[in-house]
Amino acid sequence: MFEKLDQIFVLLLHWILGWLPAGLRPVTGVLLSVVTIVCVFPALFAICVLLERKGLGRIQNRYGPNRVGPFGVLQPIADGIKSLTKEDIVPLSADAVVHFLAPVVLVVAAFLGFAVLPMGRNMVLVDMDASLLFYFAIGASTELSVFMAGWSSRNKYSLLGAMRAVAQMISYEVPLLMSSVVVVMMTGSLSLVKIVEVQNQYTHGLPHWYIFTPWGFAAFILYAVAGTAETNRSPFDLPEGESELVAGYFTEYSGFKFALFFLGEYLAMLSISGLGATLFLGGWSAPFAFLSWVPSWIWFFGKMMTSIGVFIWLRGTLPRLRQDQLMNFAWKFVLPLTLINLFVAALWRFMGEGWLRWAVCSAILMVIYILMARVGMRREHLGPREYRYAE
Amino acid sequence: MLGEGLIKGLAETARNFVGSYFSAERLTTVQYPEERIAPYEATRDFPFLVYDGDDWEAGLRCTSCQICEKECPPKCIYIEKSKDKKPDFTGRPQTYPARFDIDISVCMSCQICVEVCPFEAIKMDTEFELSTTDRFGGLLQNRKQLAKSNAHYHKIHPTEAAESDAGLAAEKAKFDAKTKAAAEAAKAKAVAAAQAGEGA
Repeated sequence: MFEKLDQIFVLLLHWILGWLPAGLRPVTGVLLSVVTIVCVFPALFAICVLLERKGLGRIQNRYGPNRVGPFGVLQPIADGIKSLTKEDIVPLSADAVVHFLAPVVLVVAAFLGFAVLPMGRNMVLVDMDASLLFYFAIGASTELSVFMAGWSSRNKYSLLGAMRAVAQMISYEVPLLMSSVVVVMMTGSLSLVKIVEVQNQYTHGLPHWYIFTPWGFAAFILYAVAGTAETNRSPFDLPEGESELVAGYFTEYSGFKFALFFLGEYLAMLSISGLGATLFLGGWSAPFAFLSWVPSWIWFFGKMMTSIGVFIWLRGTLPRLRQDQLMNFAWKFVLPLTLINLFVAALWRFMGEGWLRWAVCSAILMVIYILMARVGMRREHLGPREYRYAE
Repeated sequence: MLGEGLIKGLAETARNFVGSYFSAERLTTVQYPEERIAPYEATRDFPFLVYDGDDWEAGLRCTSCQICEKECPPKCIYIEKSKDKKPDFTGRPQTYPARFDIDISVCMSCQICVEVCPFEAIKMDTEFELSTTDRFGGLLQNRKQLAKSNAHYHKIHPTEAAESDAGLAAEKAKFDAKTKAAAEAAKAKAVAAAQAGEGA
């Protein structure tokens, strides 16, 4: 019975395909899966927006939206209708074609990432050997759409936002990749399906998730930092800092195109959370052996939504960074740590089983972390400012 | 250590998040249409015209002197003087406003009309829910819509209304005394004249 529930979506797909002639099956199967992904994730986006607005409200001791429907649960629908009915304004001097294409490219790129994420046992759209590589290649193309939006708008705020976004995303792309590489080193495979399978083993009822190793834990934290910056979330929301740049690269967007940018941003958040869960939190595997009867897709989506919750929590807590702090943090702290983590992971691999590797690897990481924090992130004490006045 | 502040901050926001579900004191929001805060006594929004007695038209204190119209900074008051006269609170015949319109979309609630009125005829209301579906006619209030009783004034601004009433009563007493004195003087003069006539 639980087996069936676990595979319910796969069985449903096969049942539908059973009615079709054999020639149509492969195409229809892919189409149906794509349609499901394209429906499910925007629905999750709506839930995320509601959670975010309610959660931020509660963090600031407010109610949050509570007017539309019971407890405000229909708020996303109202927001959707509002953005659909609003006028779509294209600035006169904007490059109309690029201006139109930018949100489309963003959403398409965000959706493509989901193609390779295993969302449950046997639930992956494309099981390719280099799916992690594919994911990062697609993820990098969101930068293109951001710059398209900023450039085509012909607005200085848009352009500044886009330049900030590109600088930030490229800087954090490197630690994001480097922190994921340790997982590839351990698994020996770029396939996300394989990575989850390796983690889906238990000793004494405890899972072999990568987060439960010193290098995996460090990589997860670094991945989370880089992922937050990559999705332009607070405290790394400089590209769209509303108090500085109106709305950053999508200042000149209105109506449904604006909603598409919003959707793209949340899809990126969801997919980066999904990838993080896949790489470090065992993907769709259960946290304890005795819970393996719970359907695998529940674990995957549960982990994903928990990460979204942490994103919201961070947004409610941290103020925005300054541009130089952002860059310093990326190049002087996160990137060196990921490089050292690569070395630690290699050490772990070749030290063999036993408590010694735990002690050595943890010690190295702790010492490096403290040293880097003391030296690399030391606050520069600037003296009182001197003002020179024009005479 | 690096990251300590982050943990502290996260703990603080988590405390707020959980606390807002358990302690009502944290949530300071007043959910407006259902819940309301009683207005302060000094609240002022838009002016209204005070009338005495029950009949708004007969009781209007306004004598259409047009001082408020001239003093109004955004020029939102429009007054037309009547041709005939009616007695005011002291009994003297006075003109009254045949038309008195205030455009509340222009009014800036400065209270200058109230300060300059010599007849205590225009006062500030606390009514603020004046939105309307007609943005041209609906926001222009005529004298009937503006007229509110002295009792209403007492209800919204008790202290100020008592002062205003006392001032009016004092003025009426002064006027009555003056008329009485004048009448007596006239009488005395008449008597003196009569005596002089007799003497001659």
